[in-house]
Amino acid sequence: MSRISDRLSCAVACAAAMLLISCGGGANESTAPASSGAAAPAAAPIDPETTGNVSGKVTFEGTPPAPQPIKLSSDPYCESANSGLTTETQMVGANGAMGNVFVYVKDGLGNRKFAAPSEPIMLDQKGCHYTPHVIGIQVGQPLQIINSDNTLHNVHGLAKANKEFNAGQPIQGMKMTHTFSTTEVMVPFKCDVHSWMNAWVGVLEHPYYSVTGADGTFSLKGLPPGTYTIEAWHEKLGTQTQMVTIGAKETKDVGFTFKGA
Amino acid sequence: MLPLFAAFVAASTAVLIFAGGLVTSTGSGLSVPDWPNTYGWFMFAFPTSKMVGGIFYEHTHRLIASTVGFLIVVLAVWLGRAEPRPWVRRLGYLALGAVILQGILGGITVLWYLPDAISIAHASLAQILFCLTVTIALVTSSGWKRGYTADRQGPRRFDEDELLQRLAIATTVVIYAQILIGATMRHTGAGLAIPDFPLSFGHVIPPYWDSKIAIHFAHRVGAATVTVLIGAATGHVFFHHARRAELRRPAILLLVLLVLQITLGAITVLGHKPFIINSLHVVNGALVLVTSLVLTLRAHRSRFAHVARTFLPDDLSDEVPRAKSEARRAKSGETRDATNEYGGARA
Repeated sequence: MSRISDRLSCAVACAAAMLLISCGGGANESTAPASSGAAAPAAAPIDPETTGNVSGKVTFEGTPPAPQPIKLSSDPYCESANSGLTTETQMVGANGAMGNVFVYVKDGLGNRKFAAPSEPIMLDQKGCHYTPHVIGIQVGQPLQIINSDNTLHNVHGLAKANKEFNAGQPIQGMKMTHTFSTTEVMVPFKCDVHSWMNAWVGVLEHPYYSVTGADGTFSLKGLPPGTYTIEAWHEKLGTQTQMVTIGAKETKDVGFTFKGA
Repeated sequence: MLPLFAAFVAASTAVLIFAGGLVTSTGSGLSVPDWPNTYGWFMFAFPTSKMVGGIFYEHTHRLIASTVGFLIVVLAVWLGRAEPRPWVRRLGYLALGAVILQGILGGITVLWYLPDAISIAHASLAQILFCLTVTIALVTSSGWKRGYTADRQGPRRFDEDELLQRLAIATTVVIYAQILIGATMRHTGAGLAIPDFPLSFGHVIPPYWDSKIAIHFAHRVGAATVTVLIGAATGHVFFHHARRAELRRPAILLLVLLVLQITLGAITVLGHKPFIINSLHVVNGALVLVTSLVLTLRAHRSRFAHVARTFLPDDLSDEVPRAKSEARRAKSGETRDATNEYGGARA
């Protein structure tokens, strides 16, 4: 009897193992397409005749660390396609101008609602790095992610407030669209195939954000008169905030200075 | 052939653990986002030319895991057909169940983005699976079947060292607990929470605490506890059983592996987790565990014989005539004092 039960349990276990080995149709993670059917929130009326701007520059004080060369030997394609790739963590140009800083209105817009634009924000994987490195997007706005490389990438969004996702793009030219459902500053993106590849996405309910370019400047246009909290976020140096009040058709200049360790 | 194959399966399991350690150490766990397929390809059809970056580690781990899974299927079937001892056959089925569960946990941890609990369970079950394959390899070996020196020197002269038995059990259990803490440390990113070694932030006890520092420090306390227990167990073997090669050898190996393990752990911290060293620390920890397990099982050798004498006759079928005849002899009292779990000495 014991022998029979042994054989029976062996047969069941083997069948389970074979089923496990042979089952296919893996859950290739893909993200939901941009939601277009949701009712657009009614935006609080903003009189375009009275709006103003907040602009300024982000600078770095001190000696910036030099960009470090990235070792790409784990993927021959990357090594040949972008051999001079360096770290993008701290982009500091002439006169301390800081690039890749996400500047946005953190508070002050009240309960105004803003419809999500239908035009997508692009995030490209080209030369085995993300272009751009830092981007902003509105809740519900499509984020189109492209693989321009002739190698495999996985797009791993390590969201906390939104849903984490991880999707493969094994073929050059593949595109996927992802939308975020709630505010999150910032959502880190990474490619687990190429450990050096990362990007940051700031998700907001409103369109008042900017990412500094190589000259360190930013501009938040079309703000209704009011008092705002402006935050500047940097992936390594953290955040800084400033309060600013703008009147009708007024442009205020705001500067942020990050200091080296 | 079966003992040789069982040893090969056990060795393959060690290789699998090393490959798994590489996946974690290189942060490649999610470099293949789908499972059981690989970027939509059937796993075994995935082109080797596309095994770049983190995919190399993750996909290789999957291929080795599949191979080990297949080997364990063969082992379980082989044991089921050729092994007369029911408890050894059951070990084979248990190993088969464990490897299936391990595969499922591996898949879930990928599809759920490496949740700590699942990843730690995956790492912990790997050690159980390794223990099972090593146990099967041990108890099917000719040395085990002979009953070692006990058969030649008298059945109960050495095997009933209760202090050694308790020490060996305690050592094995504490090593496993230490590995669980280590797995928790790895998967919660606490490996460098205390950046210096052997002190902690320049102190014996860390001057400040958070959850990661606590996990890391627990691993160090665990290492000290394991060191004391291994010292006690091996010291006991050298002092009381120096002539028994089947105990002396694992004891020596245990000490060597312990020194190596502490060295690898120190280099892992001081070298900021170099991935090869980090992975060697994982697999060497598994080797410490199974070596202690071997010492434990050999220290309990006579108990297996006792159990077998009690149950073997009814469990044997007509397909195992030699074992059956031995069982008959055992029943009639011809080999009442023998320590071989088949019911008599087989040397």
